[in-house]
Amino acid sequence: MSNATLSAKRSSLRGATLPKWFPWAVAAGSLALGYGISAAAGLDSDIQWALIAAVLFVVGSYAVSAKIEGSRQAKDRTATSLVWVAFLLAVTPLASLLWETVERGVKVLDVFFLTHSMGVVADAEPGGGIYHAMLGTLEQVGLAALISVPVGVLTAIYLVEYGRGRLAKAVTFFVDVMTGIPSIVAGLFILSLWVLILKMGPSGFAGSLALSILMIPVVVRSTEEMLKLVPNELREASLALGVPKWRTILKVVLPTSIGGIITGVMLAIARITGETAPVLLLVWGTDFINANPFQDPQESLPMYIYLQFGAGSDASHDRAWAAALTLIAFIMILNLVARGIARWKAPKTGR
Amino acid sequence: MAKRIDVSGLNAYYGSFLAIEDISMTVEPRSVTAFIGPSGCGKSTFLRTLNRMHEVTPGGRVDGKVMLDDENLYGAGIDPVAVRREVGMVFQRPNPFPTMSVYDNVAAGLRLNGKYKKSQLDDIVEKSLKGANLWNEVKDRLNKPGSGLSGGQQQRLCIARAIAVEPNVLLMDEPCSALDPISTLAIEDLIGELKEQFTIVIVTHNMQQAARVSDRTAFFNLAAVGQPGKLIEIDDTERIFSNPSVQATEDYISGRFG
Amino acid sequence: MDITTQKPAAPPAPGPAAPEDKRATRGATRPGDRIFLGFSRGSGIFVLVLMAAIAAFLTYRASLAISKDEANFFTSFEWNPTGVPPEFGIAVLAFGTIVSSIIAMAIAVPISVGIALFITHYAPRRLGGTVAYVIDLLAAVPSIVYGLWGAIVLVPHMDGLYGWLDDYLGWTGLFAWEGGPARSLLTVGILLALMILPIITNVSREVFRQVPRMHEEAALALGATRWEVIRMSVLPFGRSGVISASMLGLGRALGETMAVAMVLSPSFDISASLLDAGGGTFAQNIASKFNEATVMGQDALIASGMVLFVITLLVNGAARLIIARRKEYSGANA
Repeated sequence: MSNATLSAKRSSLRGATLPKWFPWAVAAGSLALGYGISAAAGLDSDIQWALIAAVLFVVGSYAVSAKIEGSRQAKDRTATSLVWVAFLLAVTPLASLLWETVERGVKVLDVFFLTHSMGVVADAEPGGGIYHAMLGTLEQVGLAALISVPVGVLTAIYLVEYGRGRLAKAVTFFVDVMTGIPSIVAGLFILSLWVLILKMGPSGFAGSLALSILMIPVVVRSTEEMLKLVPNELREASLALGVPKWRTILKVVLPTSIGGIITGVMLAIARITGETAPVLLLVWGTDFINANPFQDPQESLPMYIYLQFGAGSDASHDRAWAAALTLIAFIMILNLVARGIARWKAPKTGR
Repeated sequence: MAKRIDVSGLNAYYGSFLAIEDISMTVEPRSVTAFIGPSGCGKSTFLRTLNRMHEVTPGGRVDGKVMLDDENLYGAGIDPVAVRREVGMVFQRPNPFPTMSVYDNVAAGLRLNGKYKKSQLDDIVEKSLKGANLWNEVKDRLNKPGSGLSGGQQQRLCIARAIAVEPNVLLMDEPCSALDPISTLAIEDLIGELKEQFTIVIVTHNMQQAARVSDRTAFFNLAAVGQPGKLIEIDDTERIFSNPSVQATEDYISGRFG
Repeated sequence: MDITTQKPAAPPAPGPAAPEDKRATRGATRPGDRIFLGFSRGSGIFVLVLMAAIAAFLTYRASLAISKDEANFFTSFEWNPTGVPPEFGIAVLAFGTIVSSIIAMAIAVPISVGIALFITHYAPRRLGGTVAYVIDLLAAVPSIVYGLWGAIVLVPHMDGLYGWLDDYLGWTGLFAWEGGPARSLLTVGILLALMILPIITNVSREVFRQVPRMHEEAALALGATRWEVIRMSVLPFGRSGVISASMLGLGRALGETMAVAMVLSPSFDISASLLDAGGGTFAQNIASKFNEATVMGQDALIASGMVLFVITLLVNGAARLIIARRKEYSGANA
């Protein structure tokens, strides 16, 4: 081509490239410098020197790279360092969250703590436990699951296996809407229905109703996804044998997707187990063991954390952390088991 | 512009799997070299080692030498980004940037490499689109999305995009396999014109195509699945298709396997 | 599993049905089928009715409260629904909710996009996978735990940052600080950012992962650096996905209750400075006030909940719309 000016401008293949260890060196330098600056200036917060170090890192690698490698490479490096900084910025507090919960939680977490209630323990005293809260959580979540799983799974079956037309569209739309309902609004709805209109008192069951509102859309969504994964050939094969549709669904479609459905249900349970706001409105909380979810206030783990936090003494904070650790452990176990089932039962799809 | 490629002792790996073994060949400037061979013989992999695209695949790594005139592409201090600017590539499926207009697609490579005046850009875009035999079809819709063109037009758009940055070498990885016969013909004609300026390497599954467009043809083969692919022979296209020196080449060309 | 609530005379025809049986039931739907369809359609209708009921009840009770409200419901700074006459308005709550959510989004969206890129394009493969898995799990940490951590660990750590902001940016008024615990909208925003990080990251990551390899290779083959590849092919492709992910995160931030209630020290006024303790959000206000509220007080809270409901509906609706559009868009290009 005749465009000689352009080709003359082109650099050779050999760009000046900084060595591989360069980012690490800049990172180490900025950490040291950031720490040094904040020590010299008498800044007392971790957040400050970490931010200084982050800024030094990004600016430093840009400056050096721009000087040696040229501006395109420098931009590339800046993007890389920003991405790393973003990663560290987010991971640090999240790691702190987990670390603090474990570290502070193990202090009072023992068998006694798990098997006793707060019955005769004053807020400021050490002692007491979360037995009543765990019992309440299990009952409320269990009842919510009893309501939501059949409704959710059947709705999903309707949408995938039968649903054409306007009703299915409306259901899909409102399930979407329901997914976004803030938990406090779900609580308010049951509150206005249950307590204010039906004149019923607070109870675990009222909480379960609100939790169901939060759980149903999650179950519908995940079950829908799973049912859609079942290949149509399977349904047709069964129908072609003269098996009626409802038996095809029960005997062929559901068993094929059962692993995924269980996973979805467990994840949904994990999600509502940590819900506090609706429980706070509807179950009220108590320090005593109440095994009957249909009458009188109950306790639940998240609410226990909230109330112990609110009590404000060292002993109650210890209990709040221990309960938080228990709650996280429970939810994580549910999550891990659910994922395990998903991996184990995953329909083999070619990627 | 066009440069000679001289490959010696080149191995390419995917993780620990040796995909192509000990390849040495010379690609002449201002000519079309075709790579043929059965599926999985490593011809596309080899093509991608020529502009350091192979190492973009996770686990991909290369050893050996690829000389572009007098510079080893795998030498110390070589910037792969700069290599890819010198050695352009056209892919199997047309891949214009879906969010960019026809104009922006062609200008994309230029904009990376520095500042151009609007009039300069206009000139280069027009020249490149003419070079890709596409100008007359798109000159009225330069600002429409590139993904709105037909498959054959998209592929020529990709060629225009590749030649806009004036590379020394143009690699084409089965550029017609996703196109209909008429678009294929258009691209083949274009390849004939482009070899006046560029060194062209084309991978193809279609032996008639190799016979039609190339000056030299390289035949790749592999002993068995799981074995590395090897270069069996490279020679003038005429000779490969009339009187190859290796029996395996003749078997492949006459359709006895592959 | 057998549904025999109706006549047991309807044999569910196990296995391959006999030919005569097949003929007999041709044309008419089988009772089993009808019952099953009834159940599943009934569930669908139940969901519809439930949503309608939620909307109707909330509207009804909210209208009860608003009709008695002597102050302007949207602009008043008062919250005294039990007073004579009752006066309450959502101005402070709307302000607090929106400001804390904006802060949360401003922090969380860029960082989430960064982490998503980190996982898909920057990190070594195994590290990326691990990070993705951990972030997935973090999305499951309940908000009450975030609240506990925020109130006990984060708030004291904010002092240094607050002093700094006050020193250097205090003159703007926006970052003036008078001392006092850092239980302000800014801290709430930061905590909310942490809480919505996982969800935005997860969705963005999925979108970035779906960017067709060939578009990235197109950029690479032109001699683009990694960042240029991302700018030319990854971000344009993922933009709508990131937007809808952010909307989902926003929906969550708007409705978050416990974490806000535990960190914020609420008050019914609007401060020019983000660093001053005070303010409130819809959800937080409901959680902390409903206990002592009379029926009128609860109705007023329901009215404010109604506003929150509508806002989240709009935000989530917008997110769905963007996702649906994106599907068409990518389908046309497949």
